Amino acid sequence: MTAEDSAFAVLGMLGDPVRRQLYRHVAAAPGEVGRDAAAEAVGISRSLAAFHLDKLVEAGLLTVSFRRLSGRSGPGAGRPAKVYGRAEGEHTASVPPRSYDAVSRLLAEVVENAGLDRELHAAAKAAGAAHPDAVAGDLVEVLRARGYQPFWDGETLRLNNCPFHALAEEFPALICGMNLALIEGLATYQWSPAMEPCPGGCCVALSKNKSH
Amino acid sequence: MTGFHLAQVNVGRMVAPLDGPELADFVAQLPEINALADGSPGFVWRMVDDGGADATAFRPDDNDDMLLINCSVWESVEALRNFTYHTDHLRVLSRRREWFHRMAEAYQALWWIPAGHRPSVAEAMERIAMVREHGPGPLAFTFRDPYPAPARTAQA
Repeated sequence: MTAEDSAFAVLGMLGDPVRRQLYRHVAAAPGEVGRDAAAEAVGISRSLAAFHLDKLVEAGLLTVSFRRLSGRSGPGAGRPAKVYGRAEGEHTASVPPRSYDAVSRLLAEVVENAGLDRELHAAAKAAGAAHPDAVAGDLVEVLRARGYQPFWDGETLRLNNCPFHALAEEFPALICGMNLALIEGLATYQWSPAMEPCPGGCCVALSKNKSH
Repeated sequence: MTGFHLAQVNVGRMVAPLDGPELADFVAQLPEINALADGSPGFVWRMVDDGGADATAFRPDDNDDMLLINCSVWESVEALRNFTYHTDHLRVLSRRREWFHRMAEAYQALWWIPAGHRPSVAEAMERIAMVREHGPGPLAFTFRDPYPAPARTAQA
């Protein structure tokens, strides 16, 4: 099986709408998710959720571990429950074949070597501000639609996913700076985005300004 | 624990004098970022000048009075990577081109030192020269091409 074949096999697992909903819920959750919580979020039975969640683990899209959800430990605490989380790997398939990732890596390298950080950041900010939903809309929804997987941590909006992960690993200063500028462009005056790296997620966190 | 620590050096050519308005934001953030480094997991040591707060008084190249040096020691590549890219330090790093010119040549180096050793400015500059001349190798490398710590010698 080629790499392309296995990508299609993995992504094919998400063809079922219920399974896809479960995947999205678990992948976007800031911590691990138990079967009951996942079933409830999607509105299906616990046993159906368990079936699909285990299929997603088999496909390598989710990871599974065991945890005592009750908070108790020692004898009488009951069996540890299965909890699910987003798996690390990335799966991309394109028809007809496209390789934007190879191009973006090359471009990033040239921009980095040319020292064009500020030009990139300015362009990102302008692109964010030009987004049709940016001014009118709900920033949380705009970020969700762009794959950031936003969640509230008290008063702070954190982003559970970095949409530019591989590039950000390779060119952190350049790409994380670009991402901050992009979010600054998307955010209206009511928000303050700041660089506050979140493990496994995006390096930007946002807070809502108290008064305006 | 290994008997080795990771030394790190990077140099940067300022776009304007250190006490001018162009560098003001950089200078203002230094105490906070240095304190963040000092308190980070795996931090061992950081080079400071006679002023005792940071290394901004050093000019590691006699022919270049705009060149600054930053040198520190960490327990591991991971500890240094976490501080560099996964803390507030990234906020400052992403603004590097406001304050420092792009360098055509290698401007940083990582190398392993016996725990307890404190690198000098000359030693650090020599490691950058090694990366410039030979590319990353076991004696001087980069984040992108890391080398493992030397194996411990003479075990009892």
